[in-house]
Amino acid sequence: MAGAAACLAETRVGQVVMPGEALLLPGQGEADGERLRLTATGPQKGRLICGPGLRRGGADLLVTKCGLLRYRGPSAQAGSASGSSSGGTYWVDSQQKRYVPVKGDHVIGIVTAKAGDIFKLDVGGSEQASLSYLAFEGATKRNRPNVQVGDLIYGQFIVANKDMEPEMVCIDSSSRANGMGVIGQDGFLFKVSLGLIRKLLAPDCEIIWDLGQLYPFELVLGMNGRIWVKAKTVQQTLILANVLEACEHMTAEQRKQVITKLLEN
Amino acid sequence: MARDVKSKLSKNLLRMKFMQRGLDSETKKQLEEEEKKIISEEHWFLDLPELKEKESLIIEERSFVMCEDLRYGRMSFKGFNPEVEKLMIQMNSRYKTEDIKEEKNAMEADVSDEEMARRYETLVGTIGKKFLKKRDRHVLQDPTEDESSDRRPSKVKKVFLKPQD
Repeated sequence: MAGAAACLAETRVGQVVMPGEALLLPGQGEADGERLRLTATGPQKGRLICGPGLRRGGADLLVTKCGLLRYRGPSAQAGSASGSSSGGTYWVDSQQKRYVPVKGDHVIGIVTAKAGDIFKLDVGGSEQASLSYLAFEGATKRNRPNVQVGDLIYGQFIVANKDMEPEMVCIDSSSRANGMGVIGQDGFLFKVSLGLIRKLLAPDCEIIWDLGQLYPFELVLGMNGRIWVKAKTVQQTLILANVLEACEHMTAEQRKQVITKLLEN
Repeated sequence: MARDVKSKLSKNLLRMKFMQRGLDSETKKQLEEEEKKIISEEHWFLDLPELKEKESLIIEERSFVMCEDLRYGRMSFKGFNPEVEKLMIQMNSRYKTEDIKEEKNAMEADVSDEEMARRYETLVGTIGKKFLKKRDRHVLQDPTEDESSDRRPSKVKKVFLKPQD
């Protein structure tokens, strides 16, 4: 690849990267002394994770999406579920609207067809996802789940790759629903960009907590950019939907102003 | 003489189970080798240089959830959907440990210890009955009958009344 353009991944963190760029990793593609140093520090040597927007290209990383390069250190990683990885994570923070199914993602799908044993779900991807009628909590061959065409379903991908039809389930590995399944009646569904969804789901997101102080409501966020809200009245639901949609391009202060205004009313 | 006769037997015949007993070790080995040869010849293999298994230190992860440590997508506020609120605490437990403790106390309040004890009180009798034999059950019921005797006297006093003539 473009050897001349390649630079160390560390130096590009927080900067814009373009598809086709190669990012070198320390200790690989460098001097042997460097490599030895890396292996000598046994526990430090960990598996590096390349997240969305990056691809493994031999010993280094290739960029496949344009956006900002992000890095999260191994120390933060150790606390999370994937504790085995201690080499940190690189990924590209990109802005896009088209959802591409990813294994393990929780999304909101709309039932478009009932075809014998499976339901077809529109998840916003290039292809409709399939969902077996047995993949619900408590479902058996005799006891079918009550799912109608047009229902909203919150589920998880178990098969999602570029060559196969995506497949969803509404149970986890211990066959419990854990909040997945048909989303209740009423409510309001709208679509936002994928970046906003990630912003709202971030652990330190203040938008949701600010809104949570207003009045009782329920919220379902799908990684495919769909948001479903439900409050006690239609008016409240619509206010929430508007605020959520607008907050993508609002600063924290603007948002606080809006929320204080709503609190007064 | 007998040996010569044996060697003339066909290989397929020698391979049969009942022939195996009489075979000496040498011919046995020969047969086995031939069999192995046939099997290995039947296997296909790619005429390629062996791929070197290089230990890769890079793992590909396609999901943002792992990278950015995103929270669970179902939320409820101010008790709109208590079920989801419980779930939220459970699913997001790894992010905010302090908050959970506070919320847990609030959660426990909806069924007090006293109420729990009161409900279990009635259960103890009914479940206990299940594990008793019929004879014992009668004994267990006796004291309760004494209490209830004043409430339902008709049940106790059901005796055959001799008609007076």
